[in-house]
Amino acid sequence: MEFKVFIGLEIHIELKTKAKMFCHCGTDYFGHKPNTHVCPVCLGLPGALPVPNKKAIELTIMVGQALNCRINSFSKFDRKNYFYPDLPKGYQISQYDLPFCKNGKFLDVDITRAHLEEDTAKLAHLKLNGKEVSLIDFNRSGIPLLEIVTEPDIKNSKQAKEFLKKLTQTVRYLDVSDCDMEKGSMRLEVNISLGKDKLPDYKVELKNLNSFRFVEKAIDYEIKRQKEILEKGEKPTQETRGWDEKRQRTFSQRIKEEAQDYRYFPEPDIPPIRLNEKEIGEIKKSLPELPEEKKRRFTKAYCLSDYNASLLTENMKMANFFEGTASLAGEKGIEVKKIANILINRKVNINKISPEKFIRNILKEKTKPQIKGKDLNKIIKKVLENNQKVVKEIKKGKEGAIEFLVGQVMREAKGQVNPNQARKTLREKIKSA
Amino acid sequence: MNIDQLTIIKAQGGLKKKEFSSLELVEGYLKNIKKKNPQLNAFITLCEKKALLEAKKADKLISQGVKKSLLGIPMAFKDNFLTKGIKTTAASRVLQNYIPVYDATVVDKLKKAGVIILGKTNMDAWAHGSSGEASDFEVTRNPYDRNKVPGGSSSGSATAVASGMTLAATGTDTGGSIRQPASFCNVVGLKPTYGRVSRYGIIAMASSLDAIGHLTKTVADSALLLGIMAGQDKFDATTSPSPVGDYLKNIKKSVKNIKIGVPKEYFREGLEQNVKSKIKAALKEFEKLGVKVEEVSLPHTEYALAVYYIIQPAEVSSNLARYDGIRYGLGRKMFAGEAKRRIMLGTFTLSSGYWEAYYLKAMKARTLIKEDFDKVFKKVDALITPVSPTLPFKIGEKTADPLKMYLSDIYTVTANLAGIPGISIPAGFVNNLPVGMQILGPHFSEDLLFRLAYHYEQKTEFYKKNTNLIN
Repeated sequence: MEFKVFIGLEIHIELKTKAKMFCHCGTDYFGHKPNTHVCPVCLGLPGALPVPNKKAIELTIMVGQALNCRINSFSKFDRKNYFYPDLPKGYQISQYDLPFCKNGKFLDVDITRAHLEEDTAKLAHLKLNGKEVSLIDFNRSGIPLLEIVTEPDIKNSKQAKEFLKKLTQTVRYLDVSDCDMEKGSMRLEVNISLGKDKLPDYKVELKNLNSFRFVEKAIDYEIKRQKEILEKGEKPTQETRGWDEKRQRTFSQRIKEEAQDYRYFPEPDIPPIRLNEKEIGEIKKSLPELPEEKKRRFTKAYCLSDYNASLLTENMKMANFFEGTASLAGEKGIEVKKIANILINRKVNINKISPEKFIRNILKEKTKPQIKGKDLNKIIKKVLENNQKVVKEIKKGKEGAIEFLVGQVMREAKGQVNPNQARKTLREKIKSA
Repeated sequence: MNIDQLTIIKAQGGLKKKEFSSLELVEGYLKNIKKKNPQLNAFITLCEKKALLEAKKADKLISQGVKKSLLGIPMAFKDNFLTKGIKTTAASRVLQNYIPVYDATVVDKLKKAGVIILGKTNMDAWAHGSSGEASDFEVTRNPYDRNKVPGGSSSGSATAVASGMTLAATGTDTGGSIRQPASFCNVVGLKPTYGRVSRYGIIAMASSLDAIGHLTKTVADSALLLGIMAGQDKFDATTSPSPVGDYLKNIKKSVKNIKIGVPKEYFREGLEQNVKSKIKAALKEFEKLGVKVEEVSLPHTEYALAVYYIIQPAEVSSNLARYDGIRYGLGRKMFAGEAKRRIMLGTFTLSSGYWEAYYLKAMKARTLIKEDFDKVFKKVDALITPVSPTLPFKIGEKTADPLKMYLSDIYTVTANLAGIPGISIPAGFVNNLPVGMQILGPHFSEDLLFRLAYHYEQKTEFYKKNTNLIN
């Protein structure tokens, strides 16, 4: 039986602001002792009140604009009421019916909304003096959290992964978050269900997916699992499942039959937020050139292949470095294409070199005397003599071992040999020997 | 120094002229507290040692010529104002040992102005109540008749000011909790415009309705305190940037030709005849002052109490969620009946399936009530109404019937729903029990309310007629 796959994503991203969402506490808590970045507001003490961080709102709108969302000129915060020990107020300040951003499109996926909320504290379950205890660290409490929700438009794991990769790239371009899944600054939830033609009346939520690879694997596993259930004429259970990397399968975490009742209502401590066209326009103007645009420009302006342009625009830093060197290259009469090839093939560490130095090195390389002809033959002869075992292996068919010999030649020649030339000569000599 | 006739302004003068020291003043009030509080139960916590120490410090500063508007003036704080290092309970067992780590913005402002904290006053737990009977630390009694309630929820503050146990006290007013006890105890109670005074550091009841104010003997004292307490606070996003007026300076400005509206909906069935006649008499006094009085209508008044008892418990249910037993030692089991009732009511009206029928509808009706006021204030400058439909009632009279108790707020909840300011001032006595009158005005019209109240007070001086007080 054929089934249609419906996958929607919920992505939480911690925003890179200096202060927390509703107080003045710093956000650089990673690696610090528990409960060192706290105040009455993020501890939810009696009497404490939230004051929204304008910067976080701006960053949210930037992301919304990059995802082609409509920006609400009138939005508000709401209280999402539920109990959990990591939620000190007994409610999370979030956005319900008037998020900052809605109805967007990114790649071929419709974006339902992008809204702002506060992160919760972190629980640690451990044994202390022989007793099982749960400790709460409020350093994370109140960190601005952007939630992006997509429509169930995604059809397979590959598309999901591609979407997430591009989304992460865009968010990093905007410099609003580092999207570090290990540090928890990006968290993913996948909603997945299978139906004959339209969205079925159940969904499975996949949680605690700590990498894009896990997302991919968990989706593939779920599609298979749900299909088998459906083929038996049954309906998969509506539940939350996690990914077990050891056993390579998803497992049930929590069964929820009905949606939880969060008793949303407008947050009375924060007046509604009005943004006029001008303000929204100003934020739009502050957006940097985004990856897709940049890629298109690179292919045109520098005559790069689509593939090379993607590699060079993978992150803003690389793109900027490339453009820095490209403008210098023009002055020095070096072909930009060549710069691109070197950057891509030699895996240059751009953090350790300036565009100027990089260009100087290329110029030096160009003028360096190259060892050729008789002198090269001499070196090759020596290398072959010293590595007869390797030569035998190559003759037996282990072609790859030739690279070892190329390396030896380069070493003998102190790098002043064209490796392609060396490889070619080595092959000839081994063949004729 | 006659403590029973002292006001903040008189005390300021006395300190200035060295008629008495701050230490004598504080000692005088502590003596009064020791004498009267055992019968009246207006205080939950007394800060005797600290107050005496602060008074000595204040005297030293005064002798050094330091000028601060309230230097050496003792005050009491309702026990839902967080006071750093001083137990703050909101009169609930849940917080019976809670010692805050920070001061409310208003506490901080008053301290900086030189105020000395005498203690924390009793109240209905979490400010839920109109009689003081819902305190988890026993009922406060009305100083004019110990068998009667002092009103609530700022029960301790009203009793303490009325009986000379403090010069002034702070209060919170979510549906009448400053104005109603003020009227039951013959003192002046101000509920400022929503957003005029910071709520930061005050244990929230219903955040969209809570107003922070105070209870004083006179209108001038009230004006003086508002000038210090009001203003935008970077810790409260709902405070207004509109400038704080010099309320005291303008207080004597004539009120001639000011137009006062008398909303007919506030004088219907349910209003006790003897209360009504006191308000009518007060209106006559205003006319003698050259004020123009006319009848007006606020047609949606009849929905106000219902709207209030949907929105308020909804916010209460959310605001009390943090007292879950994880952080403050004592858990939900310690909530008493009234808090439980409001938590359940609010949770119900916010639940999916009921939200539209209750909460959403109430929010719409709230808008209509606001619009009523907007319209009427195009015609008149201020409104005069009763504060409470009844005289102070007997302790225990309404505790068995929450709905009857809720009706006590019928004339006061409208100001909270609309966010407008209101002041309750003494309007005379019936059977030796005080009756209060309420003056309401447009947003940020505190200036006008003080002027009207002051001129009336100067003519009547009911605050001086406290001879019925127990000794």
